[in-house]
Amino acid sequence: MADEALFLLLHNEMVSGVYKSAEQGEVENGRCITKLENMGFRVGQGLIERFTKDTARFKDELDIMKFICKDFWTTVFKKQIDNLRTNHQGIYVLQDNKFRLLTQMSAGKQYLEHASKYLAFTCGLIRGGLSNLGIKSIVTAEVSSMPACQRLFLLQVTLNNSRIINYSRYFIIND
Amino acid sequence: MSRQANRGTESKKMSSELFTLTYGALVTQLCKDYENDEDVNKQLDKILLSYFLPRGYNIGVRLIEDFLARSNVGRCHDFRETADVIAKVAFKMYLGITPSITNWSPAGDEFSLILENNPLVDFVELPDNHSSLIYSNLLCGVLRGALEMVQMAVEAKFVQDTLKGDGVTEIRMRFIRRIEDNLPAGEE
Repeated sequence: MADEALFLLLHNEMVSGVYKSAEQGEVENGRCITKLENMGFRVGQGLIERFTKDTARFKDELDIMKFICKDFWTTVFKKQIDNLRTNHQGIYVLQDNKFRLLTQMSAGKQYLEHASKYLAFTCGLIRGGLSNLGIKSIVTAEVSSMPACQRLFLLQVTLNNSRIINYSRYFIIND
Repeated sequence: MSRQANRGTESKKMSSELFTLTYGALVTQLCKDYENDEDVNKQLDKILLSYFLPRGYNIGVRLIEDFLARSNVGRCHDFRETADVIAKVAFKMYLGITPSITNWSPAGDEFSLILENNPLVDFVELPDNHSSLIYSNLLCGVLRGALEMVQMAVEAKFVQDTLKGDGVTEIRMRFIRRIEDNLPAGEE
């Protein structure tokens, strides 16, 4: 039973390691994020295989997303997703009010731009998990700083090449 | 009720697999990064060795704080006590295994940790071209970093490795010296 702290520390080291061996610049930044996402992808694929070995078949997309929000997220981050919203046309927004990987970082807006490095692995994790359940998806994440040491973490999953409508109309983020 | 209990143990097992899988993905990515060059391939094992020691060191430096906060062990008075605490408390807490301690040197400053099964290598096979890779070198870095934070300079290295066909995994730990706190110049 590896401890949660171990994974958190390893993840932080991974991010700093990937960036250390890269040079400066926009292109490199993108490349590093891709690397991290790909790592998350492999891990997600493996994890979901082990995890769903004995579970029943999923009824539909929504069922799969609920599984990700509850069981998968609990396994990885020891808590459930706080809020799941969808437009029933293939776009899902998962909201986590206290994202484990970021709680150790300083509150406030100072390091917000660096937060994306720490989200890439998790995005890959979800994408890998969904891919092994037979769903092609695009996963993006964003963080907005909140008062107190919370981090609002929004994960948007677009399934199966759904038309990307202007989704900002659907989801209004309450401050 | 029993289904709930099943879920509980399953999720614990899964989180250890999360760590194992993440570590595996990291090593694979590194191998891929350095694989374009023929010469580099021979160097790969050395590169990976040198990559993981400082990473492990950083992890160890932070891990010791978490460990001390959660385990409430007091100060260790000698190296033997340290060895006991590492094997019985620390490894158990973080990796869920209890290695055994053997092969004490006559001077009492070297010992071996024997791990029956190494959770880091649960799903791993070394391919032929990397047969001398010390896969779990992160562990050595972690041990070194953690002990340095409690004022002990040690050296840790792998002697046997199940990935290479040995029966058990053995880490040899050697005590180098006690680190004294350096007073800033002018405050003697």
